Amino acid sequence: MSPEYVRQLSSVTHGQLSKPPGFWFKLHLDPILLGALLLLTAGGLFILFSASGQSESIMTRQSIYLAIGFVVMALFAQVPPRIFCRWAPWVYLIGLALLVAVLLFGTGAKGAQRWIAVPGMSSVRFQPSEIMKLVMPIVVAWFLSKHIVPPSFRAVIGTLLLVAIPVGLIAKQPDLGTSLLVAAAGFFVLLLAGLRWRFIFGAVMLAVPAVYVMWHFVMREYQKQRVLTFLEPEKDPWGAGWNIIQSKVAIGSGGIHGKGWLAGTQSHLDFLPESHTDFIIAVLAEEFGLIGVVLLLCIYAVIITRGLIISAKAQTLFGKLLAGSVTLTFFVYIFVNIGMVSGLLPVVGVPLPLVSRGGTSIVTLMAGFGILMSIHTHRTLLGRTT
Amino acid sequence: MNDRDTLKDHRREVKIFKNRIVLAAFCLVLLTGLLLSRLFVLQVVQYKELSTKSDENRIHLKPIPPTRGLIYDTHGILLADNKPSFNLSLIKERIKDLDATVRDLATLINISEEEIQGFYKRLRKRRAPYEPVPLKHGLTEEEIAIISVNEQRFTGVEIEAQLVRFYPQAEPFAHAVGYVGKINERELKQLDPQKYSGMRSIGKIGVERFYEEDLLGQVGYQEVETNARGRVLRVLNQQDPQPGVNLTLYLDSYLQQVSYEALAGKRGAIVAIEPKTGGILAMVSQPAYDPNLFVSGIPYKTYSALRDHPDRPLYNRASLGEYPPASTIKPMLALAALDLGVREPSYKIFDPGYYKLPNKPRLYRNWKRGGHGWVNLERAVYVSNDTYFYDLALNMGIDDLHDYLTKFGLGIRTAMDVAEQRPGLIPSREWKEGVKGVPWFPGETLISGIGQGYMLSTPLQLATATAVIANRGKWIQPKLLKSASGEIKRELPTAPKSIEVSNPAYWDFVNESMRKVVHDPRGTANYRIGKDLQYTMAGKTGTAQVVGIKQNERYDAKKLKKIHHDHGLFIAFAPIENPQIAIAVIVENGGGGSSAAAPVARKVLDAYLLPKLAEQRLAVSKPE
Repeated sequence: MSPEYVRQLSSVTHGQLSKPPGFWFKLHLDPILLGALLLLTAGGLFILFSASGQSESIMTRQSIYLAIGFVVMALFAQVPPRIFCRWAPWVYLIGLALLVAVLLFGTGAKGAQRWIAVPGMSSVRFQPSEIMKLVMPIVVAWFLSKHIVPPSFRAVIGTLLLVAIPVGLIAKQPDLGTSLLVAAAGFFVLLLAGLRWRFIFGAVMLAVPAVYVMWHFVMREYQKQRVLTFLEPEKDPWGAGWNIIQSKVAIGSGGIHGKGWLAGTQSHLDFLPESHTDFIIAVLAEEFGLIGVVLLLCIYAVIITRGLIISAKAQTLFGKLLAGSVTLTFFVYIFVNIGMVSGLLPVVGVPLPLVSRGGTSIVTLMAGFGILMSIHTHRTLLGRTT
Repeated sequence: MNDRDTLKDHRREVKIFKNRIVLAAFCLVLLTGLLLSRLFVLQVVQYKELSTKSDENRIHLKPIPPTRGLIYDTHGILLADNKPSFNLSLIKERIKDLDATVRDLATLINISEEEIQGFYKRLRKRRAPYEPVPLKHGLTEEEIAIISVNEQRFTGVEIEAQLVRFYPQAEPFAHAVGYVGKINERELKQLDPQKYSGMRSIGKIGVERFYEEDLLGQVGYQEVETNARGRVLRVLNQQDPQPGVNLTLYLDSYLQQVSYEALAGKRGAIVAIEPKTGGILAMVSQPAYDPNLFVSGIPYKTYSALRDHPDRPLYNRASLGEYPPASTIKPMLALAALDLGVREPSYKIFDPGYYKLPNKPRLYRNWKRGGHGWVNLERAVYVSNDTYFYDLALNMGIDDLHDYLTKFGLGIRTAMDVAEQRPGLIPSREWKEGVKGVPWFPGETLISGIGQGYMLSTPLQLATATAVIANRGKWIQPKLLKSASGEIKRELPTAPKSIEVSNPAYWDFVNESMRKVVHDPRGTANYRIGKDLQYTMAGKTGTAQVVGIKQNERYDAKKLKKIHHDHGLFIAFAPIENPQIAIAVIVENGGGGSSAAAPVARKVLDAYLLPKLAEQRLAVSKPE
């Protein structure tokens, strides 16, 4: 056992170790989080049923992915946090290898390589970048928990390197949305670890020329187009601006009460593109109105609040940083998705977590919640091992 | 604590983390508030605007074109019908590769290069997205079957059924009834787009053009729900179109046919009017063309062949053709002379075969070399003596001559609802000074007296003037429309004033002189048509010079090219006691009025009157 680990054990005395382990603790599940997730995914299926045009096959697949997701969550919850910590560098290296593999052998559509087919099972494929969303906070939390907080300059540089390599690889696929989210997951750890304000301000100062460089040397034409379209969707109403205009119309025409389940015209008459993936919130907003969206946000709020509480209660720095990062990243998903669908942000292709259709995303998100639960439920066990 | 310090301060760690978590939570609340306010703006503030947009998105108004009003002849025989026709139409938005689709279709059915070019031209002028654009008109049943079999291969390709105009009587009615054709760019700019939404054709000439507003009807609308690809999913609401008004014309199919055939192989025109009503019984211009060619867009080659044909079949000679009226104005001038007191019926002059203005060398010749000897007014009419009318015109003066002929409708637009008509020309001093910039010469008055010189009139005007004579001065404006199935919006002009003469007996005089043209052995038309007439006819021949003949030369048809031959004219009404029909005939370059035009008129009058007379006789002979 490393001396650092021994040191961290001392913090146990500051926690609520006296609390007797209950039923859920034994299962390593968190009832509040579990309840909220069940409610969210059940509601999500309802919306997907409408958004997919009542497609049975989509519903079946989504249900299977959700079931797998819950199982993965439960499995991850059983794994003690120190295991994550110990395996972090290795998982990170595997993740990088997969990302390189994507660039070399990946498959995909619309000029982007994002998928890897499982050898021998060509119909089963997954997105390594999605896995990186989970690996990134773990590895940065591992890295920073080995240093003192607030992180030193060298630690910050090291973190940035850890973040930059996979982000660069994902951006090359190209998948701007995911690369930004992966980067965010890493930065959140850094911020929560107490990154000094002078670094933060410095970064903001650097952001301006960085944006310039991005625009002129890094971003692809279609990505620039997306940003331009975001700024002025009415300029190209039949082309790139169509999505934003139609989703705004869908959301707005829902009003307060909505048009009723399965009665949304925008999605059912195919005006709303990608209605069962990235733009599913527009279907919810159209059919259930402001009330429906607020209810959904409430469920999300419960999950995020619970995540922040878990992070605050975590006994190790690794646990705190990881739980905090997973929770904040989850929020970023929600914010970016709703923001882009409602026209606040450019369209970057971020699904609405646990509601949009998509297997890899569900499984990694649920794995993240499993880690949260693990961090929370292994507190007492940690005490016992002492 | 500096960076080099590697000792961990656990309390500080917890404090920093707590601060950061609180800060993060604060940011989350802020950002969530931003999302909520965005949703509030969209769903509450902009709700109305966006839900309207949502409706506009899915609800489209689809125009339903009305059926065009039908046109019947006086007996209820269809002159303009609507016939279903099938078009092959393409919807651009639903076709991935338009060019490939057009090419594929062309391998299945026969589509000409011209049709393909026309399609792309129409595509550029399309008025709305998702509007089907026709590629080929008038599909045959076989072609429809071929397309239907291959339907699965072609999305965005459809067979459209629509009613198109059909003219069952074709050529004889082309000029009178006119035709509809494709709405062209110029018309598109002027038209009320709402009235014509969904419409592809518009009345171009003739009755079709004049009564366009009435024949058109009112467009209906279907409120349909469409998806983003424009496919109609269901009909939400429908407002039925109002069909156009059906028109019944005075035109008599039988008489029109007879008139058309009477002029067969000639260039000319016939207009027959019922004097009591002003109804135009026949209006024919030869040669003619098939109006059905124009309905769905005439191929350019066909059109240019018609347009450039030396006989000008597209030209409506009946109402647009301006010819010197020649001697046909003599009865009107005779009436004018009596009414104005310029001549007494008994006034005689001696005709040596020419007339000479005092102190001028020029001879104004009578058509008959050697002259008619002593001639009074009546004889001057029925032998068509020119010398008498030179003298009469000179005495009357151009001003009175102009004014009086105008009263008969010469030089003005006479018909109420003939879309295309020219006013002709009755020259006056003012006209000549205004247009030519030179004063009027007495010699010009002389030749005006025999309907030559500047004087021009259309067959329609001559028929009208004849009907006015038959009506003894009472003006009935000629018109085509007899009745309509609904209210007529098109406004019609008011008729000119009737001619009031100082002594009604002058009309008897004119009638008698015209009767003698046909019935008196010396009358100009007697030899050709007056011998075996079963009814009384008042007529007047006219021979219009196309080229001037030199002073010492004789008109010799054999020496002249056909297009320089005289035009033959004839006006008539019958029966004299109870005029039922008035007619004007012109045969271009046909020679003399008596030989070329009078027999044509006789055929038409016979066709019209003989069945009626037979009927009357039958009615009389029937025992009570």
